[in-house]
Amino acid sequence: MLRDITLGQYYQTESVLHRMDPRVKLAGTLIYMISLFLYKNLTAYILAFLFLLSVIKISKVPFKYMVKGLKTVMVLLFITSIFNIFYTKGEPLFTIWKFVITKEGVANAVYIMIRLSFLIIGSSLMTLTTTPNQLTDGLEKLLGPLKKIKVPVHEVSMMMSIALRFIPILMEETDKIMKAQMARGANFESKKLMEKIKAMVPLLVPLFISAFRRANDLAMAMEARCYQGGEGRTRMKPLVYKKIDYVAYGVLIIYVASVIICGRLIPIHLL
Amino acid sequence: MLLVVDHVSCIYGADTNMPVAALKDINLVIKEGEFIGLIGHTGSGKSTLVQHMNGLIKATDGAIYFHGQDIYDGDFDKKNLRSKVGLVFQYPEHQLFEVDVFSDVCFGPKNLGLPKKEVELRAYKALKQVGILDEYFYQSPFDLSGGQKRRVAIAGVLAMEPEVLILDEPTAGLDPKGRDEILSMIKNLQKEMGITVILVSHSMEDVAEYVDRIVVMNKGEILFNAEPKEVFKHYKQLEEIGLAAPAVTYIMEKCKEAGIPVSTEPTTIYEAKQEILKVLVQRK
Ligand SMILES: Nc1ncnc2c1ncn2[C@@H]1O[C@H](COP(=O)(O)OP(=O)(O)OP(=O)(O)O)[C@@H](O)[C@H]1O
Ligand SMILES: [Mg+2]
Repeated sequence: MLRDITLGQYYQTESVLHRMDPRVKLAGTLIYMISLFLYKNLTAYILAFLFLLSVIKISKVPFKYMVKGLKTVMVLLFITSIFNIFYTKGEPLFTIWKFVITKEGVANAVYIMIRLSFLIIGSSLMTLTTTPNQLTDGLEKLLGPLKKIKVPVHEVSMMMSIALRFIPILMEETDKIMKAQMARGANFESKKLMEKIKAMVPLLVPLFISAFRRANDLAMAMEARCYQGGEGRTRMKPLVYKKIDYVAYGVLIIYVASVIICGRLIPIHLL
Repeated sequence: MLLVVDHVSCIYGADTNMPVAALKDINLVIKEGEFIGLIGHTGSGKSTLVQHMNGLIKATDGAIYFHGQDIYDGDFDKKNLRSKVGLVFQYPEHQLFEVDVFSDVCFGPKNLGLPKKEVELRAYKALKQVGILDEYFYQSPFDLSGGQKRRVAIAGVLAMEPEVLILDEPTAGLDPKGRDEILSMIKNLQKEMGITVILVSHSMEDVAEYVDRIVVMNKGEILFNAEPKEVFKHYKQLEEIGLAAPAVTYIMEKCKEAGIPVSTEPTTIYEAKQEILKVLVQRK
């Protein structure tokens, strides 16, 4: 059921990507996202697609597992791009009822669909292969320079990783509460909107209470272990770049360079 | 035969790289009016099994019959099944959500589509059965003590008037007094109303006194399925899987080793007392 949503979850397996330094993966995700928005033509997207495909292959995360969790998000994406078809002005293609479908509209919708789905898969690939702890460490290290201008880098990255860690926990909790209420005859599968909203109350109230309880417990557990923020905190396993990380940076640079060169020199346009 | 579990297997996360076989070829027959204790170490699959019984989880393999009907049949009424096989989850107090105790208990029967009068009547009866006093009816369920919350949650399921009541570790986290109260309340329900009860627990001590039959689970399989005293004879094996027989069994075994000719069958303190007295009287 809800447990199937894989957004933000870690997938335990042994792969090059799992072993990589989190900083590389964070930077890589960011660069990949930027590369998606550099050019609006098929050439760039084909390159992005190939890159994503090979990274998925390397990660050893089953593609089925990844996509299963993204279904809901994909529906949202689809709706967004449909709106784009209707609201883009340009050269008319054909009309349905009162709506003029334009060439640009269709192209836009397809581009948005591609961009956002690559973006989501790309970033979920990062969380799938990086434990929340590593993610925090990486983020903190990358944002380190901002400490100079009084940005609470440690706190921010700690909050982020706790939030990430809580996603699967809350999913599990939701699943449990849903089952418990279903055992009392609750119906979460109703088609009617009003009933759907009403059915949420027995789910959301216990969920919020449990989230607060967990947050409280976590805060206490952290305090009990003398956690007091980033000040003067040292690491047991400091992050060190290894050979593989330099190779990965190299691959990233080659990828971005080829997107820029090919995207500019040999642009292929849709329609 | 009320409920039949027929060669049921369950695998969690079948399409990941870490599938967990939570149940392996389980066979179980539950008769009307029985009081069954389902016991096993943490992670042995108890909760998974009971969630199969009211159709919350679909078995990977095998079938389940309720009153002889296959619950996986396309036209089987799942909602009806859930009202007939009432399942009280582990820490049921975490599912309370209404503004007051009474409306929370009404939630179950209301979902069955009963008229308002009937809903309220059932809620009232259920709350009385679990021993909640009238003065708590219109309090927020979140203001009650742990044991009271648990009773309200049990009432929430009882109000649907199930034929089978399954309780998943109803005594977890309660003090000894709260534990005894809840257990004897359940026993009363079974005796007076003729409800079939399945009690999930990992403590033999808890169930020895109350149940007719003990089902011991280990790593997704049924290890024993017999009367308490039969099961406790295998206390060495029970220890190997992280369980234990009641303390009384150990005392009787020790007595026997020391040359006192007692039977090792007693499972409750009362029975043990009778047995020891009997032997002592014979000696004189
Ligand atoms: N929703 C789930 N997804 C994946 N694995 C699960 C899920 N629920 C349970 N498991 C696994 O199935 C096995 C059996 O779990 P189950 O909850 O049935 O055990 P249990 O006997 O009730 O234990 P406890 O006494 O701790 O409640 C465990 O190994 C557990 O990790
Ligand atoms: Mg359990």
